[in-house]
Amino acid sequence: MGQIHLEKVRKAFGDVVIIPELDLQIEDGEFVVFVGPSGCGKSTLLRLIAGLEDVTSGKITIDGTDATELPPAKRGLAMVFQSYALYPHMSVRKNIAFPLKMANMDKAEIDRRVDYAAKTLNLDAYIDRRPGQLSGGQRQRVAIGRAIVREPKAFLFDEPLSNLDAALRVGMRLEISELHQRLKTTMIYVTHDQVEAMTMADKIVVLRAGNIEQVGSPLELYSSPRNLFVAGFIGSPRMNLINGAEAGKYKADTIGIRPEHLRLSTSEGRWTGTVKVSEHLGSDTFLHVESPVHEEPVTVRADGEFPVHSGDTVYLTPQEDKIHRFDGKGLALR
Amino acid sequence: MATLHTKSAARAMMAPAVIVLLVWMAVPLAMTLYFSTLNYTLYNPISTPFIGFGNYTYFLNDPTFLAALANTLILVIGVLAITVIGGILVALLLDQDFYGVNIVRLLVIAPFFVMPTVAALVWKNMMMNPVYGVIGQLLSSVGIPPVDWMTNVPLLSIIIIVAWQWLPFATLILLTALQSLSEDQKEAAEMDGAGALSIFWYITLPHMSRAITVVILIQTIFLLSIYAEILVTTQGGPGSQSTNITYLVAQQATSYGDIGAASAGGIVAVILANIVAIFLVRLIGKNLDA
Repeated sequence: MGQIHLEKVRKAFGDVVIIPELDLQIEDGEFVVFVGPSGCGKSTLLRLIAGLEDVTSGKITIDGTDATELPPAKRGLAMVFQSYALYPHMSVRKNIAFPLKMANMDKAEIDRRVDYAAKTLNLDAYIDRRPGQLSGGQRQRVAIGRAIVREPKAFLFDEPLSNLDAALRVGMRLEISELHQRLKTTMIYVTHDQVEAMTMADKIVVLRAGNIEQVGSPLELYSSPRNLFVAGFIGSPRMNLINGAEAGKYKADTIGIRPEHLRLSTSEGRWTGTVKVSEHLGSDTFLHVESPVHEEPVTVRADGEFPVHSGDTVYLTPQEDKIHRFDGKGLALR
Repeated sequence: MATLHTKSAARAMMAPAVIVLLVWMAVPLAMTLYFSTLNYTLYNPISTPFIGFGNYTYFLNDPTFLAALANTLILVIGVLAITVIGGILVALLLDQDFYGVNIVRLLVIAPFFVMPTVAALVWKNMMMNPVYGVIGQLLSSVGIPPVDWMTNVPLLSIIIIVAWQWLPFATLILLTALQSLSEDQKEAAEMDGAGALSIFWYITLPHMSRAITVVILIQTIFLLSIYAEILVTTQGGPGSQSTNITYLVAQQATSYGDIGAASAGGIVAVILANIVAIFLVRLIGKNLDA
C-alpha cells in the first residue's frame, strides 16, 4: 500500500508562502514525478510528505490514516537524498542495515534483507567498504539500498541523479525505473529535468511557485498542455511560442508548435526563413531559423540528416492538428 | 610539479627557520642533559663535579616522585574527562538556534583569554575561599558547611580551575565539528527511525571523533606541564598532595637550588611525556587518518 493524499496543504516560512493551498492524490504503486524550475517548491513539497517540514495548514493522509502530525520515522516512507546522505563512518553493510537496526529487528533478518538488497543493486562487491571509497553511482545505489530494506509504503527521491555525470544518469534512470517495475511501490520523484520526468513517470506534477500547473501522464502533458508554462516546460527542444499576426489567424493570442511538428523543406512551405544555426547530430538535425513570423528564432527538428547550413533559406510548414492555441491569460484554448 | 631546482630553492628558503628551530630546541635539551649529570647546586655553583646518573637516582627515589607522577596523571585525565564531556554538551547546546546565541558563544570562549595565574587567583580567592568565596556562600545559603577547597581537596580544586580554563577550547573545536555535520545526514537518520539519542550516538559522535582526538592530544601536551595554577594556589601542598611532575622539577631548582636534580627531573618529564604521547597516538591516532 502507498496511497498519499494531500488536502489543502499549505507551507509558509514566516510571511513567505512557499506552497499555497494545494491538493494532490497519489495512488498506490504510481511513479509520480514533481517537476518544475528551481525554487518552485517541489523539494519542499517532498519534505512535507516526508515529515521533515511541518505543514502550515492542511492535511496529509497516508493509506487512509492522518499523518500530518506524525514524525518522519512513523510515516513508513523512505527517502533518497540529493547528497545521498550516507553515514561516512559506517560500511556499506552498516549503512543499509541502519534503519533496520533502529527498528530493533533481529540480526538474522537484518542480514537476510541487507544481502537481498545488496544483490538486487549489485553492491555485493563493495559491501564492506566505506562510502568515501565508492563512486557516485555506487553511493547512489547504497542510498537506494538503505531505502528499500525498510520495505516502505513509498519511496521519496529528491533529485537523486543531479550529482551524477550524464552517462551514469541515463543508466541510473533506467535502474530506478526497473526497480519500480519490480517492487511496484509508490515512488515520488523530484527533478528539474523534464527528460527524467518524461521517461520515468506514470504521472507528472508540474509545479511553478508552489502551484500545481498541471497533473497528467507524460503524453497528456506533451500533447495537451493546459497553459503556456507547461507547454514551454515539457518537451525538448522547447515548443516554439509565436504571437502576433500569425497567432491571430488561429483566433488565439499565442500559438505553440513543437520543433518536431514543423515540416521542413528547401523548396516550398508556409513560412520562409533563414537558417541561423544548424546542429547535425546524425540521428536528428536541429535548425534555428530566423523567420518573419516570430522575432525569436524558430526551432525545427528534422529526422536524420537534413543538409542545410547557416545562411540557407528553408521553408517551414506547421502540422495543422499539432498547433496549440493559448488565450491572453496563457490558458490553452480547446 | 617540483623540479630539482625548485626543491633546492625550497630547501635554502626553509633553512633559516629549520636552523633557528633546531638551535632553539637542541641547545636547551643538550644543556639540560649536561646539567643532569653534574652535582650543580646554587649554594656552590663554582664546583660542579660530574656525578653520572646520581641526580637521576636521587630524583626517581624521591618519595614525592611517585606521588607527583600519580597527581600528574590524575590531573590530566580529570581535566580531559571534564573538558571533553562538558565540551560536547556545551557544543551541542551552542549548536542550537536560540536568541542571543552569538553573545553566549562569545562568553563561553572568554575564559580561554584569562591568564592562568589570574584565573587561578580569582578561583582561589573569590570562588573557593571557605569564608568569603562564592561557592562557600552558596553552600552556606542551602545549609551545607563550606569546604576548604585548597586544604581538603587540593588536587580536585586544581582540576576544576584548569578544566574551567580549557573547557572553552574543547567547546570551540567540538562546536566547529558539530557545525560541519550535514543536515542531510541527520534528516536521513531521522527518516530511518533514529531518535535524538540514537542520532547523537550513531551519527553525531562518530562525526566528532576526529575533533575529540585533536582536543585530547593538544590538551594532554599542555596539561602535562601545568605549573602556574599550582604555584599561585596550593604551592603543591598540603604536603605533596597537589604536586605534579612539572612542579616537582621546578621545586628542585627554586626551593632546593639543585639545578642538577631539576635537570634530571626535566629529562624524566620529557621521557614520560613521550610515553604518554606514544600511548595516545596508538590509542586514538587512527581517528586522524583518512
